[in-house]
Amino acid sequence: MSIRVVGLQKKLGGNHIVRDVSFEVRPGELVALLGPSGSGKSTVLRMIAGLETVDAGEVWLEDRRVDTLDVRERNVGFVFQHYALFRHMTVGDNIAFGLQVRGVSADKREARVRELCQLMGLSGLADRLPAQLSGGQRQRVALARALAPQPSLLLLDEPFGAVDAKVREELRRWLRRLHDEVHTTSLFVTHDQEEAFAVADRVMILSQGQLEQADTPEGILDRPATEFVARFVGDVNVLHAVAADGVALLGGLRVPSETAGAVHVVVRAYDLKLWRAADGAAGHATVRRVLPLGDRVRVEAVLDDGQSFHAQFPRRSSLLHGVEPGGRVEVEITTSRVFPARS
Amino acid sequence: MSDRWVRRWVIGLVLAYLGAILVVPLFSLLSVVVGAPDRAIDGLLRPEAIDALTRTLTVTAVVVVGNVTMGVAAAWLVVRDPMRGRAALDALLDLPLAVSPVMTGLSLLLLFGRNGWLASPLSSMGVVVPFQWPAILLATLFVTLPFTAREVILVLRELGTSQEEAAATLGATGWQTFWRVTLPNLRSAVALGATLTAARALGEFGAVLVVGGAIRGRTQTATTFIHTAMEERQEEAAYAMSLVLAFLAILLLAALTALGRPRRSP
Repeated sequence: MSIRVVGLQKKLGGNHIVRDVSFEVRPGELVALLGPSGSGKSTVLRMIAGLETVDAGEVWLEDRRVDTLDVRERNVGFVFQHYALFRHMTVGDNIAFGLQVRGVSADKREARVRELCQLMGLSGLADRLPAQLSGGQRQRVALARALAPQPSLLLLDEPFGAVDAKVREELRRWLRRLHDEVHTTSLFVTHDQEEAFAVADRVMILSQGQLEQADTPEGILDRPATEFVARFVGDVNVLHAVAADGVALLGGLRVPSETAGAVHVVVRAYDLKLWRAADGAAGHATVRRVLPLGDRVRVEAVLDDGQSFHAQFPRRSSLLHGVEPGGRVEVEITTSRVFPARS
Repeated sequence: MSDRWVRRWVIGLVLAYLGAILVVPLFSLLSVVVGAPDRAIDGLLRPEAIDALTRTLTVTAVVVVGNVTMGVAAAWLVVRDPMRGRAALDALLDLPLAVSPVMTGLSLLLLFGRNGWLASPLSSMGVVVPFQWPAILLATLFVTLPFTAREVILVLRELGTSQEEAAATLGATGWQTFWRVTLPNLRSAVALGATLTAARALGEFGAVLVVGGAIRGRTQTATTFIHTAMEERQEEAAYAMSLVLAFLAILLLAALTALGRPRRSP
């Protein structure tokens, strides 16, 4: 089922938490709402579910307007950050809860619980209490419980926020596989860009209650629509420059620019090359530090106009040859985005 | 001093303290009764003793049911309902803890007694409160009001709303959510609240004496019976009744321990 959100707004104490957010999720899509904490992403999710009232705007599920409906009439599955499992009920009773309150018969409930336990890798755990499970298992019970009444939409609030890094990796891959099997339209909130890009078909980036960009992971990485997106995604340098005649000047470097005047040039650490300046060549920058970071090396340097930047290389990159603190290097910016500087 | 010795000292100190404050007095009570069992039993089997104990137990039962129900409802309002003035309600629930039971009894007497605000409308309906059993019930309700509410408020706050929200997204009505999700989570708090309420109701003395007057066969309770028996120099009956109350208290604690344990589903 598709979701359409039009002009969603939420105010709290005079502050806009969500301002004029509109987007669409197509049937069967798995979409990430990505943003820093306080960007309003969880509030958007909770408004779609009906756990939070809507100050202005509309929420449509297919051709049914639901923002005026009560939570339980929306038929939306919700997975909470800290699972919110019913701790006095067994795994089986947790999963069956949504069916039981709807008056589904005991044998049908049992069959559905068995089916979901199998799908989720929870077989044999139906009689356990939530306190007897690991974090990853609890997360899967929460998902099974949300899916049991066959919701038209699945909403997940920071679904992997409460498990450790290793389990998170595994759960991500598993969620992606599960989605490919179940095909429920899903929207999940995360502050972790790696997670968003690894799992989602499309990523929507939110900042200060506003939707900055909605695109495929490649689109967001390659064509960031705003400076916020360019800075938020990946490991970037933001360099100040003045542009004229289609060129921004950074010390001795030239970067193509569509806007004139004061600009910010946003360059990813891996979209920058530098190498030791040949004897007699002027070079563009002076190296400050060379830091080995596991399988990569981070080089920090200062441009001739005084701005510092950093670049990343694979550990054994031939470019690193002779690059050392105090040495002069030549710099090439392979890809960059230029945005007008906001004063 | 090594940690091991500190630990031994603390254990010894706590045991000695508990012994002096709790065990020795109870034991002395027991020894008097055991010393003259027939007189103690005679004292307990007197009609007015049985009458007083029955009254106390009945009032306790009614008070536990009433104040546990209202305590859970009040706690729900204070923690979950967006109503105005819930902070005031929260504070009001503590009032009986701060007010001396004697004052409670006195205020009820002023309210229902001769020339009291509610005396004439009630007496025209043929209802008399002071020095009758309803006075005892009201006084006990008043002094035990905070116990369940306090416990449940703490647990409701700590519990948070996410389980209730989860139930709502799964299609449960507010009523279903309360009975199947919220209340089971309040089990231990309700059990503790009920125990404290019952213990206090069994032992309440001041308010009950002032508003009820300890009239034999009409408003005498277990505690006021003890008081009267002491004044009439029938110590064995007083000790025996005290022992009965102590036994009931131990029974309550045992029940609490059994109820408070988390339930294992089959």
